[in-house]
Formats: sequence, C-alpha cells, structure tokens
Amino acid sequence: MTDTTLATSTMDLEEKLELYRSQVELRQFETRAYDLFLESYVKGTSHLSIGQEAIAAGFAAAMRPTDWTFATYRGHAHTLARGVPMTPVFAELMGRTNGLMAGKGGSMHLTSVEHGVMGSYAIIGAHLPIACGAAWSAQYRGTDQVAVCFFGDGSTNIGAFHEALNFAAIWKLPVVFVCENNLWMEYTRTTEVTAVANPAADRASAYGLESIIVDGNDADAVFAVATTAIDRARAGEGPSMIEALTYRHGGHSRADPGKYRPDDEVAEWMAKDPIVLYHQRLLTEGATEAQLVKIETDVAALVERSTEEAKAGPIPGEDLLLKDVWADGGAAWRN
Amino acid sequence: MAQLTFREAIARGIAQEMRRDDSVVFLGEDIGAAGGVFKGTVGLLDEFGPVRVRDTPISEQAILGAAMGAAMTGLRPIAEIMFADFFAVCWDIVANEIAKSRYMTNGQLTFPLVIRSGNGGGLRFGAQHSQSVENWAMMIPGLKVVVPSNAVDVIGLMAASIRDDDPVIFLEAKSLYASKMDVPDGEIVDTLGSAKVLRNGENATIVALGAMVPKALTAAAELAENGIDCTVLDVRSLVPLDTATILREVSATGRLFTVEENPRLCGWGGELSSIVSEEAFYDLDGPIVRITTPHIPLPAADALEDMAIPSIERIVATIEKSMNS
Repeated sequence: MTDTTLATSTMDLEEKLELYRSQVELRQFETRAYDLFLESYVKGTSHLSIGQEAIAAGFAAAMRPTDWTFATYRGHAHTLARGVPMTPVFAELMGRTNGLMAGKGGSMHLTSVEHGVMGSYAIIGAHLPIACGAAWSAQYRGTDQVAVCFFGDGSTNIGAFHEALNFAAIWKLPVVFVCENNLWMEYTRTTEVTAVANPAADRASAYGLESIIVDGNDADAVFAVATTAIDRARAGEGPSMIEALTYRHGGHSRADPGKYRPDDEVAEWMAKDPIVLYHQRLLTEGATEAQLVKIETDVAALVERSTEEAKAGPIPGEDLLLKDVWADGGAAWRN
Repeated sequence: MAQLTFREAIARGIAQEMRRDDSVVFLGEDIGAAGGVFKGTVGLLDEFGPVRVRDTPISEQAILGAAMGAAMTGLRPIAEIMFADFFAVCWDIVANEIAKSRYMTNGQLTFPLVIRSGNGGGLRFGAQHSQSVENWAMMIPGLKVVVPSNAVDVIGLMAASIRDDDPVIFLEAKSLYASKMDVPDGEIVDTLGSAKVLRNGENATIVALGAMVPKALTAAAELAENGIDCTVLDVRSLVPLDTATILREVSATGRLFTVEENPRLCGWGGELSSIVSEEAFYDLDGPIVRITTPHIPLPAADALEDMAIPSIERIVATIEKSMNS
C-alpha cells in the first residue's frame, strides 16, 4: 500500500492558490445549486460534491487539457474543475437552452467535449468500460492522452467495474480509475455490503494493480498521486486505481439530509473539510488571509453573475426535441 | 465473380473497410486467432494484425464499453457479440449509453460503431443461443438495426454500417452462415434504409427479414404454382425503415404478410402493420397477417425448433388460407 499522506506536492504557491480557487468554486457552485434546487429552479435531481472537492480539483490540476474526464451523476465538480464555465452548468441544471447540453441532459449527464469532459454517466459502473475505450483509442492513435474515470464506492460491486479493470490491465490502457470513497452508497454504508474494507484498493491486486489509498480531502495529496498515476499511464505503463477517502457533507441527492449517518461520524468529517484545511495550509505556506478572502469573494461574485445569466436563458423550444438523435442532426427513423 | 458463403462475406466486408480506413478496428471474443466461433472472421488477424483485430476476454460490457469509448474519440470500431442472446448481459451499454449519449449531450458526441452478432435459431442450440432479438434493438431510439439476408448484402450493408456515423446493430442470421451465392469482385457498398423487392407479384406482398427471406422466396415460388402471385420484399434494415417502398408494394397488391423469426409480441411486423393500417388502409383488400415464431423461448430439439420458426410450409399454408377465405 502506498502511503500518500506524506506526499509532497510540486506546486508553487501561485499554483496552490489556483487549486484553492478551484475548490472554492466547486464548493460555492454546489452550495448555490442546492439553494436553486430548494427554490425549484433546479428540477428533477442533483447530486452534490460538497466535501469532496479536493478530488476533482486535485485531479484536474494534474491533467492536460487534452486528457479526458469520465464522471458520474455526481459530476458537477468534475465538469467545472476542467474549466467549464459556471453559467452553462447552472443553466443545464435549470433546463435552459443556454445549458451545457441545451437542457437535454440535465444534472446527471454533464458533458463538454471541448473541455475533455466526455460525459457524466448515471448508470453505476457503466463508464468504466467506456473510459477503457477512450484510452484504447489514445493508445491506438498514439496521442498520449489519458482517461481519468471517477466513480463512487458503490460502483465497486457491479460487474462493469471488474470487467473494466481486467480489460484495462490486459491491454495496458492509459486510464486512471478513481474511486471516491465517501463511505456511503446511497443510504447504506458500503462496508456493510462489501466483502473487503477498502472497496477499490483491496480489489486492485486482483487485476495486478498496486493498492493505492489517498486522503481525498487533501488536495495536495490528491494532486501528487494523480500526477504519478497520470504520468505512468502517459508513459505506457498501464492503468492505475486510486481510492480517495472522503465524505459528502450532505445527503445522497436532492434534499436528502443524510440523517442515516451517525452524528459523530459527520462531525469528524466536517472537521476535515478539505477547503478549511487547504485554507489553513496556504496560510502556513506564505499566502495571506487577504489573498484567500479575495479568492472567496471573487468566486462568490462569479456564482452570483453565473446564476443570473443562467436564469436569463430561454426555455427550450420544440426545435430541440427532435434534434440530434442521429449524426445527421435529426430524429427520423423512416422515410 | 466468386461464390462466397454468408460467413465468408462477413470477413470480406470487414476487410474491405479495414483496408480503406485505418480508424476501423475490430474486437470481440475469439474473433482473431480462432477466426470467430462461426468462422466469420477468418483471415482478418493475419491481414490486419493484433493491434487492429483484438481478441477480448468474455466481458461483453467491456467489449461494448470499449467500442463506445473508442467511437467517441475518433475510431470506427466493430464489436462482436458472439450470440445475440448475450446482448442481455451488456444491454446497459447498448440501450442506455450508446443509444442515448448523442441526444443527451445535444450532439456533442458521435458514435460511429457497428455491433455485429449471430442472431436467431435453426441450429438446435436451445433457448439461450437462438433468439432473434431484432425487436429488442428496434425499440431503442438512437440505434440503427441492419439484418442482411444474403452474402452480397452482407458486404454492402456491412460497408454502409461501418461508414455510417451512427451506432448500428448488425444482426447475422446464424442459419444463413453456410448459404452461398455469386458475389461480384471489387468494392461493394450498399445503402442503409433501403428495402429490396426480390420478386414481383400481383396478389399479395410478403415482407421478410434475415433468415426468413429465402424461405419467403421459396414459399412465393410454391404459391405461384397454386395461382397466388406474391411480391417478396426484403426489409434489410429496420432502422432506418424504408416505409416508402413497403407502402408502395403493399398498396400495389392490397395484401400484406410479414414473416418474422422473432417471438410474436412486439415483433417488427407489428410496427409495420401499424404503419400500413394508418397510411395505406384503403389500399388493403384483406387483413394484414403476421407469420411469426410463437411467443415462446426456442426449444432445442430439432423437431420442436422446426415447428416454432416459420417454415416454408407454414408460410404457404397461412397465405393460401388467408387469400382463399
């Protein structure tokens, strides 16, 4: 097992301030998304990453613009972390034409190919084999691109997870699998229904992979382990799987208060808030409080502006309904 | 001109496209070194090598997931699902991921891929290796569904499917793998969504698909001897569906008989009946009649399987009875 708690980041202070900004953006976006859900601007469902921001931000910082993200239905953070602007993401959540997919995908399917976000997949485990396919394509075409595939702890018990890991290992694919282990599937503790304690790391050896666990609430540690795994994949040394330990501050989805979790467990993890910890660390590493507060207020203004821009977007019309089933842009199945 | 079997035509069609386009890759179980369990891919590994023709583990979700991920990032993969019944173990990738992702992303992603599979009965394999699943695929928005009935069409429709920018489910009737016909030399490229009139008649129109096409043709020859002159139409592609040709040919004779290998409920003939009823009702001179496999899992015993799948005798008898009543 790799102990990454002592991993040192190679970033300078300027880069770390950017990593802080990224985490603050994800936190403030998600907090606003929750409010918009309660106000019924966001309909259907949403799955927030509040508490898990260090993983999305740390990985995105380690990726090249040409690398690919494969995310889950809990994918707002992974989408934004790759540089997708807030306005189209808010607008997508609200079902507006200025949404990232013009309202046709919704919260669970955020995709921005121009930013390397190759989709957010809402069927547990399905995107692990798909990420393998992208990695295979990069390997075949010799492009040096790496696919990074994020999934939750609950995904480790579905068949596609195991098929994908074996597949990636035998073809030595440039893919990095990232298990965001927030300890709970939906309303059930993962260890209660899993044969091993660490659902990803304990399975790694079955596919000839190193068992890697990282503190998912430490953006520097995430960045370090991500850099190592991505470099490895890019060098043709094959896949990695990383289990990042974290915790969602809220419930599974929508307005779920997450009351099925013991109070002391929640309190323990709230004390390990990745953004508070990173804020404190940056102060010890030379940043000033004023610098950090400016980042927070700038992001707050961005969230405000983006929310209003999204709300101002038109409601989709009938022209979108029958658009883009097929590559010719239409939906005709007969002549 | 050379005489080719249906199975040899598979390899020829794939090879034709792999030669012209480096982005075409092929993956599946036993497709390379073994040449396919039905020997439909013999020679491809030798010609194109293990980087382009890749044997996989028995992992249908990984096979189709890999095809999808490759298609959305610039390749044109062909994936084999050995028996069409096995679609059931990877249907999420087909129905939820490949079929929906272009629409969900507002056209950001494109999936130029072909999933080919051995479909249908007649080989006494029993219920889990014999079902005709074209109706499973036909009902999913976002999938094209192609079913050739002869070696020339295999090559031409395979080429068209590979060149198409949408996902194509390409179903090969296992009972036709050994069938032979003369195939012209040189490149063959067909068009998706074009039904083909194989026989012209005046009294009734028989619409058939895949392995039912040669049976329909033989039945039509027998019916002609008994004074019933039938048009035989090979649908060839369920999505896109050439309704223009079908409606024209049904209207010309005033009668429609479908011959379907799939179990009865929700077979493609049901959809066709609906279209003809809505759009050509006043051209009909009698009821639309569907000749299908009963709504049962296919039995293994040859005697039972032969009773289940529409036979030439059943096609002839059903049409005679209906035309003479």
